[in-house]
Amino acid sequence: MPWIYVAIIVVSTVASDLLQSLEMKRQGEVTDFGVGGIGRLLKLLLTKAPLIASIVFLAISFYAFLALLAVADLSFAVPATALSLVAETVLARLLLKERVTPARWGGTVLVALGAALLAL
Amino acid sequence: MPTNSHALIWKTRLFAAIVIVTSVTGNFALSWGIKHGAAMDGSAWSFVRVVFDPWVFCGILLLSGWVLSRMALLSWADLSYVIPVTSAGFVLNAVMGAVFLGEIITPMRWLGTVCIVGGTVLVGLTTPKTETS
Repeated sequence: MPWIYVAIIVVSTVASDLLQSLEMKRQGEVTDFGVGGIGRLLKLLLTKAPLIASIVFLAISFYAFLALLAVADLSFAVPATALSLVAETVLARLLLKERVTPARWGGTVLVALGAALLAL
Repeated sequence: MPTNSHALIWKTRLFAAIVIVTSVTGNFALSWGIKHGAAMDGSAWSFVRVVFDPWVFCGILLLSGWVLSRMALLSWADLSYVIPVTSAGFVLNAVMGAVFLGEIITPMRWLGTVCIVGGTVLVGLTTPKTETS
């Protein structure tokens, strides 16, 4: 059962981040950080389907994490879900066509390893 | 603006810091509010009451800031840059656990902290925005 929750968390986290990144790149660089700019971001969040879907996936990930904590220790939950860091980098390369340099790969693996060690 | 101008790099670092701080403090405030007074008993009224607990309300405001600042950051920076860099929040979580909750940081946790800081710096030194290949 715990691994089913881990799978749900990883898939929903990755889906949420990919959708948010994809839509925000499509909208263009945010340059207005005043009240108007924040209002525009809120409007995007409420009207753009990929952003709405990204929040739904974020909520699924959050509740699956709470469910995971009910059946597994935090020392299992955190390292298992750190897998999403590596999965997201792979998909950013494949789907978003980002140029992931060796330094970026190395840093991502170090962060995932560190997150796993923190839970021990 | 050039793809990776000095200004863009500093703007990216500033927003990464905002994303990290709002996420960690927001989660901490929510957790603190729910554990200290804002108890939920499953009724609709307890759900309304919990939202207006000062700590929970602050947590919701901070996490709203987290969503918006992350959206802004992702409008120009690569996902493969944002994810590992903002994961430095794991370290801040551990520090807050030690300072406010009296948790002990074991040697293994120190090693994890060093790995996360090293990984964050390594990714942080790459250009935030790459051309698509």
